[in-house]
Amino acid sequence: MTSTTTTPYRPSTAKRAQIWLANHFAMLSAILVLLYLFLPVAYTFAFSFNDHGKTNIVWQGFTWEHWQDPCGVPGVCGSLVTSLQVGAISTLVATVLGTLMALAMVRYRFRGKQASNVLIFVPMATPEIVMGAALLTIFVQGFSNIGLSLGFTTIVFAHIMFCLSFVVVTVKARIQSLDPRIEEAAQDLYASPMQTFWKVTFPLILPGIAGAAMLAFSLSFDDFIITNFVSGNESTFPKFVYVASRRGIPAEANVIGFSMFVIAVLLVVGAQGVSSLRANRLKD
Amino acid sequence: MSALAHVAGDPDVTPAPPAPEATKRGWTAYLLLLPGALWLGVFFVLPLVQLAAVSLQSRYPGFPGYYYRDVNFQNYAAALTDYAPHFARSFLYAGLATFLAFVVAYPLAYAMAFKAGKWRNLMMICVIAPFFTSFILRTFAWSQILADEGWVAGTLNFLNVLPGGNIINTPLAVVAGLTYNFLPFMVLPIYASLERADPRVIEAGGDLYANGFTTFRTVTLPMSMPGVLAGTLLTFIPAAGDFVNMELLGPQRGKMVGNVINDQFLAIPGGYPVAAALSFTLMAAILVMVFLYVRRFGTEELV
Repeated sequence: MTSTTTTPYRPSTAKRAQIWLANHFAMLSAILVLLYLFLPVAYTFAFSFNDHGKTNIVWQGFTWEHWQDPCGVPGVCGSLVTSLQVGAISTLVATVLGTLMALAMVRYRFRGKQASNVLIFVPMATPEIVMGAALLTIFVQGFSNIGLSLGFTTIVFAHIMFCLSFVVVTVKARIQSLDPRIEEAAQDLYASPMQTFWKVTFPLILPGIAGAAMLAFSLSFDDFIITNFVSGNESTFPKFVYVASRRGIPAEANVIGFSMFVIAVLLVVGAQGVSSLRANRLKD
Repeated sequence: MSALAHVAGDPDVTPAPPAPEATKRGWTAYLLLLPGALWLGVFFVLPLVQLAAVSLQSRYPGFPGYYYRDVNFQNYAAALTDYAPHFARSFLYAGLATFLAFVVAYPLAYAMAFKAGKWRNLMMICVIAPFFTSFILRTFAWSQILADEGWVAGTLNFLNVLPGGNIINTPLAVVAGLTYNFLPFMVLPIYASLERADPRVIEAGGDLYANGFTTFRTVTLPMSMPGVLAGTLLTFIPAAGDFVNMELLGPQRGKMVGNVINDQFLAIPGGYPVAAALSFTLMAAILVMVFLYVRRFGTEELV
């Protein structure tokens, strides 16, 4: 851009600093925001080493103890297993049901489409506490008559419900972004509708489905408000932490919370690495 | 709200060249829709109908905690008169938190969309990953960070800018907690809509001698409006119904409506009808706000 014949413009140091700051302002503030997001995670990590007494609030000294036996506190690992099971089952069901709904909503014209849109949207615009309260009343006053009492099953039913709309919206966006000409081409080449779907459409929307499943799992895994209403005596990890917070959260919960964070990051980074490797191999 | 797709980390969602027309007709659509719609019917609509019925029940005179089926709007009157301050606080704190989240989220979303380059995916992971530490653990961590003996309160007190002398157990801490907890729901939709914007359009603003701020106000911000809209809704709605931040960070008195509903349901015997009326009032208020807001600022189909 600069021509070599003119003498190069040398701004003063202050001016250069100002230009550098202007260019990097967005990135610098973004890094600050990310640090802000991680600050409580760092606290959780640090206090997992706290040699605490009854409550784990003030720093009292370093210990490996909690990392050596994270299940040492009664209930903490049981609640984690429950959370993982609930997350797995509700993610699976919500992803399947939601993907089917998304296909219907994008690819078909039918009576009642507007009503279906509202049915999908309203759960996302309803505060969790209202959904939890509504589910509690129906579970206690209605479904208990048919032998369904509060516990694992009711948690799973509720989680599938609130994950469903988010799956539909996510998968729908993916289907809408597909070029319909690709499918038309498959049909022109005498693929049956079933073949077109499984060989062409499905692989193309798979990243959207995977993203939706990830979202559903993280929503389910971190849910407390609805779970608290419908869980009865069953405990999930967030519920365990909340109940424990009245007496003092044991550092073992910090160990587990921080480990889940690290595992999630590693899994996602790993999955992205694999998919970019695959993409590179396709290019070759 | 297709901007939501990015909450799930699907970076490939871009508008299709020619919009695929929904041309297929027939019964297949109903078959595809049926299982999910049935699920939402049984576990969303039906419970709300039951909640509505509960909210209209009447007290048995002489039997505290017992109610009978009725059509009685007394509970709504009680909900609106006794708990009006709680509603006001919920909407005020949620509104403040939404605004603050917008201010904090925008630079991050902007940097992710235009400046991050190859770091984009990593930044996206960084935004979502804290979810896995459990928001209750993180909120508890905030109660440590903001505690009176902590460095935040210490610094602010040293600078003499903290009126009451403490942050924890004040509404300020509640707003801070709400802002923090729902921040990712603001970042991701804004990022999604900025990412779809053409950076050359923004450069054109600069070429036409608009300064940075004018370019932002007249070009960048309008282009990201669908994301801002989705983000503010996804932040405001859960914040208005939240009770955990108030419970862990807030004062003993002056609770939000979410705390009242939670206590009425789970701690006070026979509290169901008033709690049900409160829930419905909260939901109706939010739906009306969402409707007006989307009518005023909506730029695209919401779902």
